Amino acid sequence: MNIKDQNTDFETRSLDTVCINESQLEHKWHHNLKYLVIGILFGIVFIKAEVISWYRIQEMFRFQSFHMYGIIGSAVVVGMISVFLIKKFNIKTIYGEKIEFHDKTFNKGQIYGGLIFGLGWAITGACPGPLFAQIGTGATVMIVTLLSAVAGTWIYGYFRDKLPH
Amino acid sequence: MGILELIREPWPWYIAGPLVGLTVPALLIIGNKSFGISASLRHTCAMCLPANIKFFQYDWKKEIWNMFFVFGILLGGVIAFSFLSNPDPIIINANLKTELASYGITEIYGMLPEQLFSWENLFTLKGFFMMVIGGFFIGFGSRYAGGCTSGHSISGLSNLQMPSLIATCCFFVGGLIMANLILPFILSL
Repeated sequence: MNIKDQNTDFETRSLDTVCINESQLEHKWHHNLKYLVIGILFGIVFIKAEVISWYRIQEMFRFQSFHMYGIIGSAVVVGMISVFLIKKFNIKTIYGEKIEFHDKTFNKGQIYGGLIFGLGWAITGACPGPLFAQIGTGATVMIVTLLSAVAGTWIYGYFRDKLPH
Repeated sequence: MGILELIREPWPWYIAGPLVGLTVPALLIIGNKSFGISASLRHTCAMCLPANIKFFQYDWKKEIWNMFFVFGILLGGVIAFSFLSNPDPIIINANLKTELASYGITEIYGMLPEQLFSWENLFTLKGFFMMVIGGFFIGFGSRYAGGCTSGHSISGLSNLQMPSLIATCCFFVGGLIMANLILPFILSL
């Protein structure tokens, strides 16, 4: 493996460390089907627990229901325990790779971007994951919202150097 | 009550939350992937319209797993909606119901109020704010923040990252401001 493969956009990623693909292994495309399966299960949970419900999000932001707090809270607890166990017992991937964790660095984007994201979250009642699931339930108009989110991402990329970070 | 009937009921938080949380180790163990969804929006830009923007100049093919994952979420939506739908009407908080009724939103069923989110409403001012501007904020804000509820609030917090805690608090403050202070104006448009 040459250095180019490892550091395709290192500088960008140093500011934006979410969703880094840690694996250096090369796989055939069908290995990606396992992510499809996880996605399907995840999407079913989203629908069945009404995480994608606009009403549940409105209840959350009005402190009218514990449901969403319970979901996010228990998800974080389970996630924390899992990460702790993976680190403690040095659990490897199914391919025998070491599981890597990256520390995120603070920048002001987490504040400004976070606030903007929150505004969008409460209007649409959806974050990016639920958007996909909502489209799946036949709310086809949410394709427009998804495309608009892609446009927002693109505009961010375009003005990125000029924005405070 | 049979298993299928049980699955069709809305799932309680203490079932759904841990399942969402388990996505974090599942993705790590099957391929060293950090759970995150908004990155798929960035990959879409990198794939379709990189336009010489440095932020979109990277090998998106290496991140294709993320597109499989989000497409799976969409398929999960199709499956749950087609086969596992809850036949009963959705129950919402009485105060919310009263508030929504004051804006003329009385048809409470499904996941989204059709009186707000529909193709017919897309070209009204209200609909434009809710579907187009709302989506734009989600995409712009999540990338600016370096992640969304999954990447920061679930993944990041699971790994005890302070920046993720800050981002999560800001997501929430933004949501509180919108839902309680701004949304009433939009809904009465």
